[in-house]
Amino acid sequence: MGLTAEESSRLAALLDTNAEKLTASWTDTVTASLRGRLTRAELLRQVNDLHGAIVEALRSADFDLTAGGSGSLRAALVDLSRSRARQGFSASETAVTVFALKRALFDVVDVRSADPQVLGDLIAAGLMIDDLGLFTFENYAKTREELIADQAEQLLELATPVVKLWEGVVAIPLVGTLDSARAQVVMERLLETLVDTSSPYAIIDITGVPAVDTQVAQHILKTVVAARLMGAECIISGIRPQIAQTIVALGIEFGDIATKATLADALRHALRMIEASRKGRSN
Amino acid sequence: MERVPVLKIGDILLVSIQVDMQDQTALALQEDLADRIVTTGCHGVIIDITGLDIVDSFVGRMLSSIASISRVLDAETVVVGMRPAVAITLVELGLSLDGIRTALNVELGMELLARARAAESDDFDLDLDLDGFGSSATP
Repeated sequence: MGLTAEESSRLAALLDTNAEKLTASWTDTVTASLRGRLTRAELLRQVNDLHGAIVEALRSADFDLTAGGSGSLRAALVDLSRSRARQGFSASETAVTVFALKRALFDVVDVRSADPQVLGDLIAAGLMIDDLGLFTFENYAKTREELIADQAEQLLELATPVVKLWEGVVAIPLVGTLDSARAQVVMERLLETLVDTSSPYAIIDITGVPAVDTQVAQHILKTVVAARLMGAECIISGIRPQIAQTIVALGIEFGDIATKATLADALRHALRMIEASRKGRSN
Repeated sequence: MERVPVLKIGDILLVSIQVDMQDQTALALQEDLADRIVTTGCHGVIIDITGLDIVDSFVGRMLSSIASISRVLDAETVVVGMRPAVAITLVELGLSLDGIRTALNVELGMELLARARAAESDDFDLDLDLDGFGSSATP
C-alpha cells in the first residue's frame, strides 16, 4: 500500500465531506451493473457500510489492508464477496461494487481543474481501490471454491445410500461413474452398515453404473473381498447385457462371487441362503 | 506380560483380544488355547478382534496358526468383529486370512459354529443310514 499518512488523512477527509454525493453516485453505478437483481436500498446500505469502513481504515495511523487498523474494512469486504458468491453473482459483478468507488470519486472531484496535489491523491486512491478490489476478488474465488467443495461432498453423500432390504440383507444401489474416491466411500459405507446392522448379506447393484472397466471391477472386487474378511457375503446384481459383454471382453474374473441379473434375483438368492442356514441350524 | 483370557461358553471357547499382540502374548495365547481345547473338549473357537485397530501380517499369521492348531485338535475357528477399516487395509495390503472363517459379530459366529457342528452330525447320521442300507439296497 503506497499511501502516506498525509495522503490517507486527506483521502479520509475527501471521502467524508462528500459522503452523500459519493455514495449516491457509487450506488447508481453498482445498481446499473447488477441490472436490478438487488434493490437500490439494499445496495445503498452495503455501499454505506463499505464507505464507513474505508474512512475508518484511512483514519487509522498508517493505512494498510493487512494491518490491524483495517480489520473492519477487511470484514466488510469479506462479507460482501461472500454474499455475492453465494447469491450467484459473477466475478465482475462482485468486483464492480468496489471499483465503482473510483468512478464516483472522479465524478465528485473535478479532475480537469484540480491542483496537482488532488490529482496525486486521486492516483493514490485509485491504487488503494485496486487493492481492495483484488482482496474482494480473492475472497470471492475462495468462497466459490468452498461452495464447490461442499457440493462435491454432498453429492458423494447423496450418491451412496445403503438400504436395508430385509432382515440380514442390505443393498447399495450404485449410480454414476465409480472413481477411486467414490469407490472408497462406497466400500467404507457398505462395510460399516454391515457391522451396524449385523447383516451377513450385501447386494451391490450396478444398474446405474454406465460403464464397467477394469478399475471399477477392481474396486467392486476389493469391496467383496473386504466384506468376506469380515464374514459377510456380497452378491452383485444389475449387470446389463452390454456390461456383461465388456466384462467378458476385458477378461475380468468375478470368481465365485454370485452375480445376478436383477436386484430381485439377488434378494431371492440372499433369502434362500438365509433360509438354508436357518434350516441347517434347526437340525 | 499381558495374558488374553479364554472363556468357555457351552461348546465354544471365546477369546477376545483387547491388547496389542506381542510375540510373547501370541505364543502364550496359542498354548493356553491348545490346552483349553484339549481339557474342555470344545469343538469351536471364536476369536473376537473388535478391539484391534490394526491387523498386520503378524496378527494375521497368529490367527492362521491358531486356526491350524485348533483344526488339528478338531475345533473350528471363527474370527469375528473385524472392523471395516481393518478389512480395507488387509485388502489393500493384499493379505488374506486363508483357512479362517469369519463372521460379523460373536452372535453370528456362534450361529456359524452351531451350523457347522449340525452339518457334521448330519453327515454322521447319513453315513450310519447308508451303512445300514448299503449291503441290501445296492446290488
